[in-house]
Amino acid sequence: MKLTLTCKTSRVLVLALAAMGFSQTAMAEISRGALMATTCYACHGTDGHSAGSIPSIYGYPPEIMIAQMKAFRDGTRPATVMDRHATGYTDEEIKLIAEYLSTLR
Amino acid sequence: MRQMSRRNFLRALSAGGAATALAACGTLPDSRKAKAQVVVIGGGSGGATAAKYLKRFEPSLRVVLIEPNARYFTCYGSNWYLGGLTGMEDLEQTYGALRDRHGVEIIHDTVTAIDRDTRTVHLAGGEQLNYQKLVVSPGIDFRYDTVEGYSRAVAEEIPHAWKAGPQTVTLRRQLEAMPDGGVFAMVVPGNPFRCPPGPYERAGMVAHYFKHHKPRSKIIILDNKEAFSKQGLFMDGWKQLYGDMIEWVPSSQGGQVERMDPATRTVYSDGGLTRFRADVLNFIPPQMAGSIAREAGLADATGWCPVNQLNFQSAMDPDIFVIGDACIAGQMPKSGHSANTQGKTAAAAIVRAMADQDMLALSTVNTCYSLVGPDYGISIAAVYRYTNGEITGVPGSGGVSPADAGPNFRRQEARYTQGWYDSITADIWG
Repeated sequence: MKLTLTCKTSRVLVLALAAMGFSQTAMAEISRGALMATTCYACHGTDGHSAGSIPSIYGYPPEIMIAQMKAFRDGTRPATVMDRHATGYTDEEIKLIAEYLSTLR
Repeated sequence: MRQMSRRNFLRALSAGGAATALAACGTLPDSRKAKAQVVVIGGGSGGATAAKYLKRFEPSLRVVLIEPNARYFTCYGSNWYLGGLTGMEDLEQTYGALRDRHGVEIIHDTVTAIDRDTRTVHLAGGEQLNYQKLVVSPGIDFRYDTVEGYSRAVAEEIPHAWKAGPQTVTLRRQLEAMPDGGVFAMVVPGNPFRCPPGPYERAGMVAHYFKHHKPRSKIIILDNKEAFSKQGLFMDGWKQLYGDMIEWVPSSQGGQVERMDPATRTVYSDGGLTRFRADVLNFIPPQMAGSIAREAGLADATGWCPVNQLNFQSAMDPDIFVIGDACIAGQMPKSGHSANTQGKTAAAAIVRAMADQDMLALSTVNTCYSLVGPDYGISIAAVYRYTNGEITGVPGSGGVSPADAGPNFRRQEARYTQGWYDSITADIWG
């Protein structure tokens, strides 16, 4: 009797979770890099695909993106606004964002 | 049950055994109701972003967006229309992509009430929607009672044009009908208000129109403050492009308007001692959070909505998130860009909370571009971080465009102004 109930319980659980609208993929955590990258999309387009005159930023090798952001930050690369943005990010944040953007196609 | 996160749900199941499992079963006869559901009120920059990113972060979530209008006109860009640079159709956004590409359910109706006790949203059409989490992004309402002689009815004739749409068109028609040599006066509120650089961009755009069509005309800005966003850059640009056409009057010099005579388009300050008569008058009233947020008890005495600035959860209700111009977001300005960022942050916080994960503190950016002329753009940027309970600018970052930049730099930023518009509107409604 007890065994049967346990079995039923787990089945109810699966059904209940499905009915609540949670899929297995929901269990995957949204990474910090992915979340931080969303702020870039306002100007550079969703997933880094620009809809206009501002450059796209998806798919760059991370080391290139990191080098460019650091060059914006220390003023060695000319910019209109990216220098003012890059100075607000730590090395670690730049790395996380660059690595995530590099995965986008 | 409704509030339970998955981990707690699992815990409850294992602890309570069969009884809990059966109880859970008993709550699921109507699959539509039982589905995890987020309702989003308002299809502007904040709400539309939240709805889209909720689905992007968690495709299985049922997300319902409620917005009265099938066609939405962005407030940003509406000054370019006033200057004759764009048409209203260029500012129009619709909801087809949110529905068809992202799976957001769209209901074009007006919310009449939020019942927080039963977690129900009531619509004018009679429908009721239950929610697990509610995102409230109602934008602004105007305070019609701060200046004697002004009212909601007067605003039909003396447009604010601070929500894009018919009001914007009314103002443009009045400017077109104004004779050369006339006076266009703007009355600008004190902080905080929607789009801090907006009034000054508007002055430049109208000056651009006047320069080419009615060059003897004047523009007077009556300001209820002593300083404004990108002030040095704006005033420098006005001088370069429009000479003495634009005059800015701070509050201490008579800019603080106290009374208005709508019939003669005259405004009074300094206890009636100072008086300005305009041919076209653009009165931008002081503002507060949209009525649905205030009526639901989500605003404080300031008229704006306090939130946990980490995740935009209402200080009044843990199941409600308030984003966009309506919320109090530390140092973030009330801008479309901020609303877009806040929509993503709230969406991530909701999805993470449902997976029983705490919200991460994020660094986010805001960039407000403004046009002084068609080929003359300027910007203010900032990087914001949540620290010690508040959103503040990261020291050493951000700031305005360089004061000594040449014409190529200004032209490039004008190009990026349009580029920003194209990308952000695609990120929100595309």
